[in-house]
Amino acid sequence: MDLILAGISEAAARLVTLDPDVREATSAALVVSGSATLISIATGVPAGAWLGLSSFRGRELVLSLVNTGMGLPPVVVGLFVAVLVWRSGPFGALDWYCTRQAMVVAQYLLAAPTVAGLTAIAIQSVDPMLRLQLAALGATRGQTLAILVREARLPILTAAMAGFGAVISEIGASLMVGCNIKGDTRILTTAIALDTSKGEFGSAFALAFILLLLVFAVNAVTTWAQQRRRPL
Amino acid sequence: MKQVVYAVIAALTLAACGPAGGAVTRREVLLATTTSFQDSGLLDVLAADFQNRTPYRLRATAVGTGAALAIGARGDADVLFVHAPQEELSYMRDGNGDRRAVVMHNDFVLLGPPSDPAHVRGKNVFDALRAIADSRIPFISRGDKSGTDIFEKNLWKQTAIVPAGSWYVEAATGMGQTLTVASEKRAYTLSDRGTFLARRGQIELAIIVERDPPLINVYHVITVSARKFPKVNAAGADAFADYLVSPETQRLIASFGVDKYGEELFFPDAGKNDADVR
Repeated sequence: MDLILAGISEAAARLVTLDPDVREATSAALVVSGSATLISIATGVPAGAWLGLSSFRGRELVLSLVNTGMGLPPVVVGLFVAVLVWRSGPFGALDWYCTRQAMVVAQYLLAAPTVAGLTAIAIQSVDPMLRLQLAALGATRGQTLAILVREARLPILTAAMAGFGAVISEIGASLMVGCNIKGDTRILTTAIALDTSKGEFGSAFALAFILLLLVFAVNAVTTWAQQRRRPL
Repeated sequence: MKQVVYAVIAALTLAACGPAGGAVTRREVLLATTTSFQDSGLLDVLAADFQNRTPYRLRATAVGTGAALAIGARGDADVLFVHAPQEELSYMRDGNGDRRAVVMHNDFVLLGPPSDPAHVRGKNVFDALRAIADSRIPFISRGDKSGTDIFEKNLWKQTAIVPAGSWYVEAATGMGQTLTVASEKRAYTLSDRGTFLARRGQIELAIIVERDPPLINVYHVITVSARKFPKVNAAGADAFADYLVSPETQRLIASFGVDKYGEELFFPDAGKNDADVR
């Protein structure tokens, strides 16, 4: 019990004084997971929108592959990305092992299927009459996509938040490809794990509190987006 | 749509401009090392100091000695910092390393419940392990092929006991976590002194056997063979090896942790050969 109380009071002190270790881990986590999420949006939203609208042979297979991608185990992604970016691997020339770039790649692979899959569902749930109307007005395929994405922007925001939420609290892949380097690739989750194994519970509590706050913020945005859409 | 395009550009820029920068300059030195080195906090201190004193940046992955040697044997790291002398010698025999030097030592301690239920206090480490095996009181092993795990397995080998059975638990985790497990299960375990001192206040384990010569734990730096692996940053690896054995770094190692724990965690040994350290 003493341990918990001491941990909490130290955590509070570190948060109030904006301890440099806490600040570095927080900003690294935001930069890495933020970049991975933005790239996931840039690629996953168009891909998901296209998947949601098109009809072709094997579309259901592709959709189920994307849905499987939503449940990819982070350690599996970490293993594959690590093997690829090791010097002896096919992308060894990049020299990305133990860098933020490798972490962004791993987190992108984890977030993109979620963004694409949820976007496909969001686009499909837009009123089908709108598509007919757009076709009648002679809209090009690109224009149709743009208008439908705009129409489904709140569910797509939810998709993006789900992607960010998945990677900000992820540890396995980030640890395996980023190496947990202080001041560089040490993010909230990997710092919490290290501090716990070092027995520095105060610092671990402080970081855990920030992580919880971020996850809460993500869910608050998601809830707002979902409730706004509720028909009156 | 325009916002999305800007977001993409921003994301790609961010991803490309991480502080790690590009690989072209060869400023990056990739170190594969042991978890105890990171868990003690010494790695963070030396990495920052190395960056201040040389043009190089250290990227360190803390994986355990077995994994570090395997990474080195594939040419996936520039320099290794490890503590399993037998395995290191076979690594060198295979032509995977260019240079190997003693850096420092600390020692292992046999820990157990303060009440010492197997009555091994005062024995040498081999007799103590035999008594623990006879008593069937749980013993927690790292079980992760780390330097500590390899060291522990070698001790058992010298007792001629094959530890097996429900009393011998392989935790398969880092040192800090293993101490927590041993404390919770009221078990014996082998730990490096540094990790034990760092966790002492939070666990119910006491030193049962210490300062026995077979318990000395020697750390070596090995530069990965640039002849065998042309991609290795040989200049950077040499710079880190030189840094570790320099008098300033050796003083830093000696003073590390003294303010916090009241005693040294690591003893500098640069310039000695293996036989002198024992």
